[in-house]
Amino acid sequence: MEPGEIHALLGENGAGKSTLMNVLYGLYQPDEGEILVDGKPLKLKGPSDAIAAGIGMVHQHFMLVPVFTVAENIMLGAEQVKGGIVGFLDRRRARREVAEVSERYNLRVDPDAVIEDLPVGIQQRVEIVKALTRDVDLLILDEPTAVLTPQETEELLAVMRSLKAAGKSIVFITHKLGEVKAIADRITVIRRGKTVGTASPEASRDELAALMVGRSVKLTVEKQPATPGKPILQVSGLVVDDDRQVRAVDGVDLTVHAGEVLGVAGVQGNGQTELIEAIMGLRPTLAGTVTLDGQPIHGWSTKKVLHAGVGYVPEDRSVDGLVKEFSVAENLVLDIYDRPPFGKGLALKPDAIARSAKERIEQFDVRTPSADAAVGTLSGGNQQKVIVARELSRPLKLFIAAQPTRGVDVGSIEFIHSRVIRERDAGTAVMVVSSELDEVIGLADRIAVMYRGRIIGLVGPDTPREEIGLLMAGITPDAAGATPTGGAAGGPDAGTPAPTPESPGNEDKA
Amino acid sequence: MAVPDVATATVDEGFWTRNRKVGAALLALGVLAAVLFGALATDRQARFTLSETEGGAALEINGTIGAILFGVIATAAGGALLAGVPKRWFTLVLGVGLVAFVLSFLCWQVSAAPEGRNFMPMVNIVRGTFILALPLVFGALAGVLCERSGVVNVAIEGQLLMGAFSGALFGSLFNSVWVGLVAAAIGGAFISLLLAVFAIRYLVDQVVMGVVLNLLAVGITGFLYERLMQTNAEKYNSAPRFTNWEIPLLKDIPVIGPALFRGNLFLYVGLLLVLVIHLALFRTRWGLRTRSVGEHPTAADTLGVKVLGLRYRNVLLAGVVAGIGGASYTLALYTFTKNMIGGKGFIALAALIFGRWSPTGALLAALFFGFADQLATYLGAIGSSIPSQFLAMLPYLATILAVAGLVGRVRAPAADGKPYIKG
Repeated sequence: MEPGEIHALLGENGAGKSTLMNVLYGLYQPDEGEILVDGKPLKLKGPSDAIAAGIGMVHQHFMLVPVFTVAENIMLGAEQVKGGIVGFLDRRRARREVAEVSERYNLRVDPDAVIEDLPVGIQQRVEIVKALTRDVDLLILDEPTAVLTPQETEELLAVMRSLKAAGKSIVFITHKLGEVKAIADRITVIRRGKTVGTASPEASRDELAALMVGRSVKLTVEKQPATPGKPILQVSGLVVDDDRQVRAVDGVDLTVHAGEVLGVAGVQGNGQTELIEAIMGLRPTLAGTVTLDGQPIHGWSTKKVLHAGVGYVPEDRSVDGLVKEFSVAENLVLDIYDRPPFGKGLALKPDAIARSAKERIEQFDVRTPSADAAVGTLSGGNQQKVIVARELSRPLKLFIAAQPTRGVDVGSIEFIHSRVIRERDAGTAVMVVSSELDEVIGLADRIAVMYRGRIIGLVGPDTPREEIGLLMAGITPDAAGATPTGGAAGGPDAGTPAPTPESPGNEDKA
Repeated sequence: MAVPDVATATVDEGFWTRNRKVGAALLALGVLAAVLFGALATDRQARFTLSETEGGAALEINGTIGAILFGVIATAAGGALLAGVPKRWFTLVLGVGLVAFVLSFLCWQVSAAPEGRNFMPMVNIVRGTFILALPLVFGALAGVLCERSGVVNVAIEGQLLMGAFSGALFGSLFNSVWVGLVAAAIGGAFISLLLAVFAIRYLVDQVVMGVVLNLLAVGITGFLYERLMQTNAEKYNSAPRFTNWEIPLLKDIPVIGPALFRGNLFLYVGLLLVLVIHLALFRTRWGLRTRSVGEHPTAADTLGVKVLGLRYRNVLLAGVVAGIGGASYTLALYTFTKNMIGGKGFIALAALIFGRWSPTGALLAALFFGFADQLATYLGAIGSSIPSQFLAMLPYLATILAVAGLVGRVRAPAADGKPYIKG
């Protein structure tokens, strides 16, 4: 690393980028090897050593105490105190320090705001201010854009440029190629824990993608045009609260037809999770109706919804999708363990379960040592395949997949995508929710964009990604064409703001 | 470009907000008080004596009039809440209403008491309240110290008991209250050390560990009590006691003076600790770090805060505080008996929750519990028609309602009870 340089660390999910940086920040101890700062080897026993050496880090999951104020979060660990050994906090000085740093780098934050009330973009800004008040020379940004809208991403990149101008070095960890090309001075690509190459920002996307995954990958999903049938899922006027009793879904209308894929795009936390959970009966609906094939299903138990012919891949597989300690075979019958041929009366039928597990493992290419291995020991991709296998093994009318390929290797992504399309072609209505815009564009026949609990636009898959990106940020074109109730809208129209082709917010995923 | 309107509230919250429901309940209580207590109260004077002698200065009110008057006040407070008051007034109005309800109840009870006993000695009531609340205050403070740093402390009972026992034992052996006090602190810290090592180092479930430690404390102290103290009480169970210290000037304040400022060391230390821990928790570096470790230990770790070290320290400190609380029995009031804490540690846990994990809140909750306890005793003494068990039950009913979210949201530290594993 050189002073005043932005060095991008590029790699797939699980390639070891974050682990490397956590070592650099002193959170993990290296098994072998050493770290050199200014030519001298550095032994980091903990984050305080790293901070002392001038290394700061903004973690992917923010390290902010939600019930503390901005100033409290910033001073934590480096408190200015008075009163000697008693150590009373000098809040006034902390506030002044925050104000100074905000001023110098043009990062406006209110020192007295409570973190949990702030939007994600501002929270990230607090993290950066926190690092800067510690006088760091090297700032590590771990996947900083994962939770940001395209516009917030732009702002972040501007901040990074100004930090660079101030002589700070930045390590920028990401798997998004466009951002790297827009800002990095040097690129290091990591795959499976090893450096596989360095590149300059002039390298083409395809080159970088190939380096990242190690083989050429299909960036698109192969599929025939859809032949939509009758409406299967109809949601109208749905209102749902989140866990904190804050309105999360605010009057959503949706229709999914048989034999089509409806993609739901949006920045995380705009109500997608709650929408799905409400449809599945996991969350109470406050108003509105949900009908499945003409039959109202809101207020049903989840089990009843599942047995009515709905398949569901939850967004967090380790919490909601699987019982990690259970075997692969057991996880494959979690939904129908109590029905023939797997169960009768009070007893399970282990033979039938084992036989069906063997079939599923083969059909869905689950790489597992045996059907009796605990599912938690499998890789993310294979765990996800277990869920998909289970959910696609019932006769379905509707298949809902939330973040179906999050944290999944490229091979499994292709497999899961092809399975989704095959299910669509079999005449099932499919709904895919993903925060990866490319996944939505690749799979969907129609795309609904969610913003702050509402469907802000309903567009076709050939809509320019810039337009969808703006929708995700809550900005609709002035002209008609993306009205909430409009059907499959066509391409760009006169009112669309001029898109910038290489805009980093509109991302290619390798 | 147009930013669409994202105003919410398509669903009407309805008229019945939580505050309104509370208001309606208070209104009903007030009407009940005015009508029922008013009807049952007698026409005699209800006397609330302010000095230590029966004949001294006293507040007097006609029983019937008092019961109805305070009932009406409670009704009015309930009505105000029902009509909707600003949020910041809510607690105050609710407090006024509840106090009025209690006063209405007392007017009935006191005026209906047999001749010669129809007065309420306020000094005794206040003093009794504080004496009964004191172990709860120490216990709840021990809970605050532990749980604010993310370790659930169910072992308060055991810490109090161990403190009481070692205070009595070493106080007797060395015939010194101060040695007893130090021994009590170490005894409490010993239970805490076990909790800390197993919960922090070996990641044992903290609630289970707390329960086990309580049983361990009962076992050890019970065994040693039978072996040592019962056979030779003279040598092992006759600790000297702290005498009452009068504080000049303050002791002359009416009611409060004789009740509070002629007490023993433990009363002063307990009240002082509430203040000190409150300030420390919210105003000092130690407090900020403690709270951060209880809320988001990973974040604290990334900033160089030593999560485990801080937790060890706080859990041990909690043991010291609870140990001193245990000594408030054996070095001031009674000789040690088997299992003498009798569940107060668990009530302290309730006070901790009722007081929303804050030292001052815990003090108020402990006083509330102590008052209910004292009132039950008093009503028994004047031969009340109300079974004292009902009153003894009241604090716990209130705790359940509080925890269920009736009186504001109760939120535990986010990482409370979760062991911290690096990485």
